[in-house]
Amino acid sequence: MKKLYSGNEAIARGAFEGGVTATFGYPGTPSTEILENLVQYSKQGVYCEWSPNEKVALEAAAGASIAGARTITTMKLVGLNVAADPLMTLSYIGVVGGMVIVVADDPGQDSSQTEQDTRHYARLAKIPVLEPANAAEARDFVIKGFELSEKYGCPVILRTTTCVSHSRSLVEEREPRERNATCFKSNVQQFVPLPIWGRKLRVKVEERMVAQAAEACTSPMNEIIENGSELGIISHGVTAAHCIEIFPEASILKIGFGWPFPDELFKSFAAKVKRLVVIEEGDPIMEEHIKSLGIACEGKGLVPRCGELTPAKLYAIKQQLYPEQTLPQLPSIVEEAGDLPARPPMLCAGCPHRGLFLALTKFDVIVSGDIGCYSLGVFPPLNRTDTILCMGAGFTIAHGMQKAGEQKKVVGIVGDSTFFHSGITGLLDVVYNKGNSTLIVVDNRITAMTGHQEHPGTGTTLMGEPTKSASIEAIARACGMERIRVCNPYNQAETIAIIKEELEADEPSLIISRAPCPLHVRKPMGPARVIDDERCVNCKLCLRCGCPAIEVGANGRPSINPTACNGCGLCDQLCKLGCIAPSK
Amino acid sequence: MIYNILLSGVGGQGILLAAKIISKAAELAGYEVTAKETHGMAQRGGSVMAQIKFGEKVHSPLILEGTADVLASLEHIEAIRCAHYLKPGGLAVVAKQSVIPVTVSCGNAKYPQDVEERLNKLFSNLKYCDCVKEALELGDVRLANTILIGMLSNALPLPMECWEKAIEGSVKPATVKANLNAFARGRVIS
Repeated sequence: MKKLYSGNEAIARGAFEGGVTATFGYPGTPSTEILENLVQYSKQGVYCEWSPNEKVALEAAAGASIAGARTITTMKLVGLNVAADPLMTLSYIGVVGGMVIVVADDPGQDSSQTEQDTRHYARLAKIPVLEPANAAEARDFVIKGFELSEKYGCPVILRTTTCVSHSRSLVEEREPRERNATCFKSNVQQFVPLPIWGRKLRVKVEERMVAQAAEACTSPMNEIIENGSELGIISHGVTAAHCIEIFPEASILKIGFGWPFPDELFKSFAAKVKRLVVIEEGDPIMEEHIKSLGIACEGKGLVPRCGELTPAKLYAIKQQLYPEQTLPQLPSIVEEAGDLPARPPMLCAGCPHRGLFLALTKFDVIVSGDIGCYSLGVFPPLNRTDTILCMGAGFTIAHGMQKAGEQKKVVGIVGDSTFFHSGITGLLDVVYNKGNSTLIVVDNRITAMTGHQEHPGTGTTLMGEPTKSASIEAIARACGMERIRVCNPYNQAETIAIIKEELEADEPSLIISRAPCPLHVRKPMGPARVIDDERCVNCKLCLRCGCPAIEVGANGRPSINPTACNGCGLCDQLCKLGCIAPSK
Repeated sequence: MIYNILLSGVGGQGILLAAKIISKAAELAGYEVTAKETHGMAQRGGSVMAQIKFGEKVHSPLILEGTADVLASLEHIEAIRCAHYLKPGGLAVVAKQSVIPVTVSCGNAKYPQDVEERLNKLFSNLKYCDCVKEALELGDVRLANTILIGMLSNALPLPMECWEKAIEGSVKPATVKANLNAFARGRVIS
């Protein structure tokens, strides 16, 4: 029976049907739902975990595979940067049970800081990359990935994109295959890449790629849709699916197994068409290689390098391809939409981060932020973030600025999940190297931005089991941090006083701004607030916290939307006249 | 022939559930279906869009500008923002609802005061209804999105039983009856 599956749900289903034993990952849009869906199969014995970070996840998956099990690890594009170190060596020592590394790229940067193309990592690590175009292929390609991985003894990358991960299509469910027996067989010449053995492994990697390239030429994952010889298009993943609809007159080579490059397939397809265009989302990886084979083709001269290749962008390519035909123009954004206000994401009503950032507006400091909901503290009216680099850099950027002699005090912020991911080493650096930055963990007791995933501090595993809860304070103390303060960010007087004292300290200090995410707790914090209209002088001080529940309507006066208000009481503390109070 | 439906609104309004119901109804009617959601930061009050396509064979889950058969929006300016997706003469279904962005409350931007005029100018085939008021009359503000589905349902070749089954399979069991009522209410709004 066919069912509607999102790409991510289908990857989970494929792993289950393919006989996966153990799965590891770190949350990151657009990859998060894969493990969230896999956990439903834990009843059938599939092990699922949120690891502290992607490097840990990939290493644990490598261990599972070397012991013989089929395994997947999931992450977003930038997660693979964190996991790149074990990946490169794993390619050499190889795997035993099928191992699929699922990496979700984000063309268009819907929710990512970069737009990197994971196919580069496949080339660098010299392992195959598979690119499904829809949910059904996502399910199939995970299973094919396991098979390729076991056949060649190397991990395989399954590259999905936001458009594949977050779109639904019909998938036929099948029975799961039996799981591999787990039984590690020691073989130091394979699993210990000391140079003496590593050099031999290096040669095997090259030999393996030759065989894989030959297999890619005949793989059903690479498909030709024949439509005459006037125009041929080589494309990949979901972009190829868009091409099929926008260029119904063209023959299309739809690549799902594109690295190692299927040279003979490129050559035979090119020979069949009069004009060849390579349409790649991301970097011109296939195009540059095809040109290096001496095949004439067009590519990035017509195809945008940046952003998602939407049907509209493909249509614009079509208009350039046929200048002699006057194809009708697509409608562009209407004139009436030209002056519409933007609607950026924002800290939710009742968010504890708002209280911390609001308190920080009282101080002339540089704020080095990090990745999470609290990245939204950069927006007006809070404006309380100056830099963001990557997971964990909230602490280390602050440390580097301070060591370089920055005159202003620098505050470094990371979230709780980020602290466990890669904040601990930064804190250790500040203490060990005698920094004096003020470090803040905005601890909302959950990985919130990606939709409330557990982490080492929450006391619960992905499979819902109670477990030890790591203490941020105890870890910091063990690193040598002596000044540790905890504040309630909803209490402005307390939070401001603590920040003031810690900024004045001439030694490293850690503030833990602690209150659970109210969206996760799922109950209002108190009665909704109301503004006493008779006493309100419309000073708009309450708007300084940027709460979405406080609206300014057509009359120009603030009012509180009772269905949006979470009753956190932060705005009460901003009103000098005391005219915001709980509703009765 | 592929039918294209574009939904827009604000995070938290129930656009993703509406997309689930419409795609499920099309699936039950025997079509091939795709549904693309934009929900990276949806819970945090950003703009949300969902694209549903169904037909004999669908390859791409994305709708080309100017080809949507139906544009349905739960918020005034989110309808205007997506107006260019609608094909000439296509059906626009818009809820009479303004959600003021923080950018406006902060004083950094203005919410247009002439949204109804703009909607009337942009859409020759417009169904415009105070879905929130209707939902409150039915007992729950959260039924607004189901009323919206009812309003657009006549424009799609899907039998009533598929709509009903899709609703039954997508909402919490305790709210099935209320949602079926809301759908029926929306279906008769012209």
